[in-house]
Amino acid sequence: MTAHVPLSWYLMLSAVLFALGVAGFLFRRSVITVFMSIELMLNAVNLSFVAFSYQWRQTDGHIFTFFVMVVAAAEAAVGLAIILTVYRNRSTLQIDEVDSMRN
Amino acid sequence: MDAGLFFLFAAIALVCGINVVVQTHPIKSALSLVGVMGALAVLYLLLGAEFIAAVQVVVYAGAIMVLFVFVIMLLNADGETRVSRARLANWLGIPLLITLLGMISYLIQREIPYSPRVVFGAFGRGGPRDVGRLLFTEYLLPFEVTSVLILIAILGAVVLARKEIE
Amino acid sequence: MNFFLLTLIKAGIVAVVLLTTLAYLQWVERKVIAHIQLRLGPSRVGPHGLLQPLADVVKLLTKEDVQPREVNRFFYIMAPLLAVGLALTSIAVIPFGPTVEIAGVETNMQLADINIGVLFLLAISSISVYGVALAGWASNNKYALLGGLRAAAQMVSYELPLALAIASPLLMLNTLSLREIVNGQEGFLFGFLPRWAIFQGPMPQLVAFAVFLIAAFAETNRVPFDLPEAENELVAGFHTEYSSMKFASFFMAEYANMVTMCSIGTTLFLGGWHPPFPHAFSDFVPALLFFGAAAMAFYHGLNPARRKDRLTLPVFALVFAAIGLLLLLPAAQTVLVPLFWFVSKTGFLLFVFIWVRGTLPRFRYDQLMQFAWTRLFPIGILNLFLTGLLVALQK
Repeated sequence: MTAHVPLSWYLMLSAVLFALGVAGFLFRRSVITVFMSIELMLNAVNLSFVAFSYQWRQTDGHIFTFFVMVVAAAEAAVGLAIILTVYRNRSTLQIDEVDSMRN
Repeated sequence: MDAGLFFLFAAIALVCGINVVVQTHPIKSALSLVGVMGALAVLYLLLGAEFIAAVQVVVYAGAIMVLFVFVIMLLNADGETRVSRARLANWLGIPLLITLLGMISYLIQREIPYSPRVVFGAFGRGGPRDVGRLLFTEYLLPFEVTSVLILIAILGAVVLARKEIE
Repeated sequence: MNFFLLTLIKAGIVAVVLLTTLAYLQWVERKVIAHIQLRLGPSRVGPHGLLQPLADVVKLLTKEDVQPREVNRFFYIMAPLLAVGLALTSIAVIPFGPTVEIAGVETNMQLADINIGVLFLLAISSISVYGVALAGWASNNKYALLGGLRAAAQMVSYELPLALAIASPLLMLNTLSLREIVNGQEGFLFGFLPRWAIFQGPMPQLVAFAVFLIAAFAETNRVPFDLPEAENELVAGFHTEYSSMKFASFFMAEYANMVTMCSIGTTLFLGGWHPPFPHAFSDFVPALLFFGAAAMAFYHGLNPARRKDRLTLPVFALVFAAIGLLLLLPAAQTVLVPLFWFVSKTGFLLFVFIWVRGTLPRFRYDQLMQFAWTRLFPIGILNLFLTGLLVALQK
């Protein structure tokens, strides 16, 4: 087919993925799944950046995406180390049960 | 052809994204997230971002998610226990969500009526040469700062994940 | 001709040739290791054991497919498919020869010449970690899980020196497309030394080639880095619970990865399909080599060590002579001679892989990981830095 897709559809896909990430972040109770929802949100934002970079025909959007990926890598490393430490000390991966500082 | 590829990979990304949020066992969520990243890499290729597509697969799907999968396998994470919610939330939740998304999409379409069509090959400056040139001239300071950030993250991860010396 | 039809035909030819090569690579490996260990290797099934791969395929296909009860079925089936599928996909960007014209159609001897070819190969090797890790996890077996995790950690650790070793000749050749990389290694220095990346430019890439070979051994889980899948460690590692066709898939994936790594090494460091002698001589060298092999086979066929060889060795001599004649035909020369040089260089690297397997003992896991992070990685960075410095000074 010779039909081409308008750019706004890429942006809508990015919005839907971001919304799914927020839903996962708010409703899931396993720490690792919450973390993965954060990564899903970051990916959705990357798609937006690349789409807008296409619209303005500039490569700067790609540079932003690159930095988002780098920061996501650093965050994933530290975050997973924190999860390992929490598991070692509390023996649980449900965020509702890590509440010893409440009240 | 462009539209067909977009629909196919957008559908894959959506299905895998829903899977990430819905699945109980973390390893299935992790692999669905890898699927999302792969589909997004193809969409980046359609938008002319070849270097970013390759970096997405090599770094994001091939290293960061491997780290997630390692941690899930090492911790032997189990699926979550189901908690019972109110019946109303269960029945009204998904239709309301779809309505909300439909309204947002309609608003987006109305505000950006003349968004350009994405033609494969219309943006030729997404290759490694162009990205590299920008990265080392205009964005040199952020580049160096992120390398320091990665060093800090390495130190933090090594210290946190070390076994306590009794 | 239509682009899709042409690529389909090429893909079909490459698939058939590759699958046959994988089967016979196993024969070559068993024969070479046997001769290193002063024994004969497969020699009963067919002349000199040449039908042994066929026997192995029949055995593996007809074996009972034992599937443990508590496995996660989707991942248990997906892991070998992922491993073998990815290993075979990476052949798509390897250039086998120059642009040729066959029957009026001008085409590259390559399936897809993408301008980020090297990044594509790195991406495929990054994703193939999942095949191994999932195989270990899905088997519901502690030994398999540990083997899978160790193998995955090893592959991820050695990807870094691999990428650094690949990046060094790219600095000199200035492109990421594999065809352009081979084109940049054309010609001869001082009239006789070929301008391969290991001899070229401001910095000969010998150290990078050594780092690449060592990292390639680790990426393909071959000796001396094959602890995760060794037979007497961890009860055969991550493919403990697999049998018949799925087990065969893992082995096919390992050999396909070996072939891919050797092809990448040939393309990036050894000049691809370019001959090592100037063109005046090099067009006849392949034919001469085959005629020499035919003469040797015929000579040994006159008084053979075994009575059966009185028939088989002259047949081999005839086959070699026929191939030599084929290589002399001017019509076939533009296609076959570059292909011969590519295949012989890749074959030499594969022989080095098999040679090392028969010679070196295995590393312990912590020795392996320490070697990657404390020795290979700094050497890779140093080499990259020096190459970059010399290239920048040259401009």
